[in-house]
Amino acid sequence: MTAPAKALAEKLPESRGGINWFKYASPQTFYPLAGKLIPLFGWPALALALVGLYLSFFVAPTDATQGESYRIIFIHVPAAWMSMIIYLAMAFWCAVGLIFNTRLSFMMSQALAPTGAMWTFIALWTGALWGKPTWGAWWVWDARLTSELILLFLYLGYMALVAAIDDPRRADRAGAVVALVGAINVPIIYFSVKWWNTLHQGASVSVTSAPKMASIMLAGMLVMALAAWAYSVAVVLVRVRALMLERERNTDWVAQLVESSR
Amino acid sequence: MLRILFAVVRRDLLLAWRRRADVFTTLAFFVIVASLFPLGVGPEANLLRTMAPGVLWVSALLATLLSVTRLFAADYADGTLEQMLLSTEPLTLIVLGKVMAYWLVTGLPLVVLAPLLGVQFDLPQGAIGVLSLSLALGTPALSLLGGIGAALTLGLRGGGVLLALLILPLYVPVLIFGAGAVGADAAGLGAGAHLLLLGACFLSALAVSPLATAAALRIAME
Repeated sequence: MTAPAKALAEKLPESRGGINWFKYASPQTFYPLAGKLIPLFGWPALALALVGLYLSFFVAPTDATQGESYRIIFIHVPAAWMSMIIYLAMAFWCAVGLIFNTRLSFMMSQALAPTGAMWTFIALWTGALWGKPTWGAWWVWDARLTSELILLFLYLGYMALVAAIDDPRRADRAGAVVALVGAINVPIIYFSVKWWNTLHQGASVSVTSAPKMASIMLAGMLVMALAAWAYSVAVVLVRVRALMLERERNTDWVAQLVESSR
Repeated sequence: MLRILFAVVRRDLLLAWRRRADVFTTLAFFVIVASLFPLGVGPEANLLRTMAPGVLWVSALLATLLSVTRLFAADYADGTLEQMLLSTEPLTLIVLGKVMAYWLVTGLPLVVLAPLLGVQFDLPQGAIGVLSLSLALGTPALSLLGGIGAALTLGLRGGGVLLALLILPLYVPVLIFGAGAVGADAAGLGAGAHLLLLGACFLSALAVSPLATAAALRIAME
C-alpha cells in the first residue's frame, strides 16, 4: 500500500463512523486475520466430523425400509447443501467485487470454487452409491441429479475461464460475469429440469414443517452439516491466503512477511 | 437510439453478405450433424420420430456454439470493436444489434431449414410446425446467451472449447423446453406450456444478456 493510500485508510474510520467494514477488504489486513481464523474453524471441523460420524454410524438406528445403505445421506445431504451454498457465496463475492472493486472479493470467490466443485462431486458420487441399492441404478436422469450435474459444469466453467486468462484483473472480472449469469440461471435450470422429469424424493427436512425422519438421524445429519461448514470455511481461508501471497508477491507487506518468517 | 441499432444490424448483414461462405458453413454443419444420427442409431422410423426433436435441437445448439465465436472476432481483430466501445452510443444497443444480425444470418436459416430435416426424420406435420415455432423462439435465446460466452472468451487461447464449457450449461433450459414442446405435441399434450416457457427464456435472455455481454466486452478490452 502506498503512503497516501495508507493515510487515507487510517482516516476513513473516523469519517465513516461506527465499524469500518472495509478494513479487512485489504489483503494486508485480512491475511493475519485469516491465519487466526483457520484453527478456529479447522479443529471444530474435525471434532464435529468425528461426533457426526459416530452418531451416524453407531447411534442412529438402521432404517426400516432402506437398511444400512441410508447412512450415506449423512455425507450426501451436507455435501449437496454445501455445493449450492458455496455457489451462492461465490456469486455474492463476485457481485461485491464488481460493485466495490475490491481485489480480495475475487480472490474469495476463486478460493471457494474448488471446494464447491468438490462438494458437488461428492454429492453426485455418494448419490450414485445410494441410488444403486435403493433405485437399482447408479444414475437416473432425474431433476435433482441433472441440476446438480449442471452445477458441477458451472463450477468447472468458472474455474476453466479464470485459469485460461493470464491477466488477473481480466480473469477476476470475466469469472465474475460467468458466476453471476450462472447464479441467475441456476433457478431456471432447476425448474426446467424439474418439469422435464422427476423421480428424486422431495426434501425430507424443511424449516416450515416437522422433519420426516427420526430425531437422532436428523441430529447426526445436522452435526455433519456443521462439520462441512467449518471444514469449507477453514479450507477456503487457507486457499485465499495462498492466493493473496501469490497475487501480492511484489508488495512490501509480503516481502516483510517473508523477511520476518525467516 | 434505434438508429444505431439498425446501423449495426445493417453493417453486419452487409458484411455477412459479402462473405456468404461463412453462413453456408454453419447451415451445412447443422444438416450434416442431424443426418449423422440416423446413420449412428439405425433407420428405424419409430425410433427416429421420437429422437427427432432432441437431435435437431442439439444440432442447432452445436451449430450456434460453433459459429458464435465469430460474433466479435473479426471486429476485435481489426480494431472496430475498440471504436464501438469508445462510441457515445450505449454499448448494450450495439451488442444487441450485432446479436440480431448474427441471428438473422445463422439462426433464421436453421428455423427455415428445420422442417426439411423434420421430414427426413418422419415427423408428423403438426410436430414439424411446432418444431419450427420452437426453434424460432429458442434460437434467438441461444444467440443472446452465446454472445456472453463469445465476449468472455474473446482472444483467449483455446477459446472454442472454453466457450462450450461456459455456455452449454446455460443452454439447458432452452433445450429442454424447445425439444419438450415437440415431444409434448407428439404425445398429444399440446405444446402451449412449453412454448410459453421457451418464450419466457427468450425474454429473460433478451433482458440480461446484452448487459452481461457489454460488461464482458469492456472487461476483455480493458
